[in-house]
Amino acid sequence: MLKLFYGKIQALRGVSLDVYEGEIVTLIGANGAGKSTLMMTICGDPRASSGQIIYKGEDITHVPTHEIMRRDIAQSPEGRRIFPRMTVQENLLMGAAVTDQTHLEEDFARVFELFPRLKERREQRGGTLSGGEQQMLAIGRALMARPKLLLLDEPSLGLAPLVVKQIFDVIKELNEKEGLTVFLVEQNAYHALKLAHKGHVVVNGAITMSGTGKELLAKEEVRAAYLEGGAH
Amino acid sequence: MEYFLQQLINGITLGSIYGLIAIGYTMVYGIIGMINFAHGDIFMVGSFIALIVITALGITVASGAGVIIAALILVLICAMLISSAYGWTLERLAYRPLRGSFRLAPLITAIGVSIVLQNYIQIAQGARVKPLQPIITGGHTIMKRVDEAGEFVVQISNIQILIIVTTLVLMGIFSLIIAKTSLGRAQRACEQDRKMASLLGINVDRTISTTFVMGAALAAVAGLMFLLYYGVIDFFIGFVAGVKAFTAAVLGGIGSLPGAMLGGLVIGLIETFWSAYFSVEYKDVAAFAMLAIVLIFLPQGLLGKPEVEKV
Ligand SMILES: Nc1ncnc2c1ncn2[C@@H]1O[C@H](COP(=O)(O)OP(=O)(O)OP(=O)(O)O)[C@@H](O)[C@H]1O
Ligand SMILES: [Mg+2]
Repeated sequence: MLKLFYGKIQALRGVSLDVYEGEIVTLIGANGAGKSTLMMTICGDPRASSGQIIYKGEDITHVPTHEIMRRDIAQSPEGRRIFPRMTVQENLLMGAAVTDQTHLEEDFARVFELFPRLKERREQRGGTLSGGEQQMLAIGRALMARPKLLLLDEPSLGLAPLVVKQIFDVIKELNEKEGLTVFLVEQNAYHALKLAHKGHVVVNGAITMSGTGKELLAKEEVRAAYLEGGAH
Repeated sequence: MEYFLQQLINGITLGSIYGLIAIGYTMVYGIIGMINFAHGDIFMVGSFIALIVITALGITVASGAGVIIAALILVLICAMLISSAYGWTLERLAYRPLRGSFRLAPLITAIGVSIVLQNYIQIAQGARVKPLQPIITGGHTIMKRVDEAGEFVVQISNIQILIIVTTLVLMGIFSLIIAKTSLGRAQRACEQDRKMASLLGINVDRTISTTFVMGAALAAVAGLMFLLYYGVIDFFIGFVAGVKAFTAAVLGGIGSLPGAMLGGLVIGLIETFWSAYFSVEYKDVAAFAMLAIVLIFLPQGLLGKPEVEKV
C-alpha cells in the first residue's frame, strides 16, 4: 500500500499493484490522479511516505534513485526531460551510462532503426528538437539503458497519430521479441488498453478498477470517463 | 610598441592565473547554481601548501634545472591533492547539508567558510607576508630596439612561459574531459537537469563532489603559479584574486568554461594595461567597470549560454 504526501497534499492514498515479468501494464487516470507521482515514486524520487516497493524480490523503497536505475529499470519521464544543451547523440549516451559500453554501437543502431528521425538529427541539440522528436529521444534514451523494466510516462503526448502508432508498435515489439516488461502511463487510454495485458484505473491517488486490457475497454465506466471521443 | 607588447605578455600571464581560478567558480556555479565564495581561499591554501613543500624540499635557484623541474612537479601534485581534499571536505561539510534549503543559505555559508580558511591560515602560518626566493629565473628577449631615446626590449621570462603553457595545457585537458568523457557528460547532465541525471543512474552527489575537487585542483595550480611569479603570499591573497577571478567568470558568462578563460584573460589584460598606461591605484576599478559595462550590454556575459531552447 503505497502512500505519498507532497507536504500536506496526499498524492497517493494507498496504491497496490503488481507488474509481472514480460507484461505490459498500463495505468490510466485523469489529470492529477497521481500517475506520474507513482512512476517517480517507484524510482525513489520522491520517496514513498509509507508502503513498500518490491523489485525482483528486493525491497527498493529506500534505495537511492541512481542505484535503483542501475538495476535494469529505465524511465521515460513526464515532460521528456531531454538535456537541452546536449546533442541527440549525447542524450542517448547519457541513457547508456548504466550499461557497459561494449554494445554501444548495437544499441545506437537499434534506437536509430526505431526512430530514423533521431539519426538524421544526431548532432542537433536536444533543446531545439520538436516536441515529437524529443519524445522519441526520451524513449530512445531509456532504451539505451537496456532495461528489463521500462517505465513510460505518456509516451504518446504531443505526437502525430502516425508516430503514436509507431511508438505503440515499438513497445509491443520489444515486449514480444525481447520480453521487455513495460509499465505504461497513458492519456491515450484506447491504445494503451488495447496493447496492455493488464490495466488499472487511478482516481485521486487510489486504484478504483483493475482488469485485463480488454476487460477495461469493455467497461462502460471506463469508456465514458477515459475514451470519450477516443474510442473507435 | 615594445612597451605595449611587454604589457601584453604580462597581462596574458596574469590573465592565465585568473582564468585557472575562474574555472572553479564557473564549474561549481554551473552544477549547483551557487557562488562558492571560499574558492579564492582554496587558491590561497594551495599557494601555502606549495610554499611549505618547496621549503621542505629545500629547492633554490641553485638546484639545477632537472632538480627544479622534478621538485616542482612534486610540489604541484602535493598542492593539487591537498587542495582537492580541502575542496571535497568543504562541499561535504558545509554545502551538501544545505542542498535544497533556500538559495542564500549556502552563499552565506561560503562567506563564513572563506573567513574560517583565512583565519586558519593566519593562525597556522602567521599574518605576515611569506617570501619565496625566485626559483625560476631567466628569460628570453623577443625584441630589441635601440634608438636615440634609449634601448627598448620586450622580454618573456621563463616563469611567464611556464605559467602560460601550463594554463594552456590544463585548459585543453579540462575542456576535453568536459566535452568527451562520461564524467564530463555526467557533470553537464547534472547541470542541466539533476533529477533526470539521477533517473539515468548518475550519482549526483558524487558528481558534485568531483566538480569541487576539479575546481580546487586548478586553484592549487594557480596558487603555485602565483607564488612562483610574485614571490610573496599571505593569508589574504585569496580574497583579492578570488574576487577578480569571480569577476572573470561572470564577465565570460558564468557556467561557461571557455568563458572563464576568456574572462580571466580580459581581466588580466585590463588590469595590466590600466596600470601601465593610467594608474596602478585604479586598476581594480577599471576591471570592475569593464564587468559592469559588459553586463549592461550582454547580461549573459561574453560566452554565456544562449537562452533559446524548448524544454
Ligand atoms: N512537487 C509537487 N508538489 C506538490 N504537489 C504535487 C507535486 N507533484 C505533483 N503534485 C500533485 O499531486 C497530484 C498528482 O500529480 P501527478 O503528476 O502524479 O498527476 P498525473 O496523474 O500524472 O496527472 P497528468 O495526467 O496531468 O500528468 C496532483 O494533484 C499534483 O498537483
Ligand atoms: Mg503525469
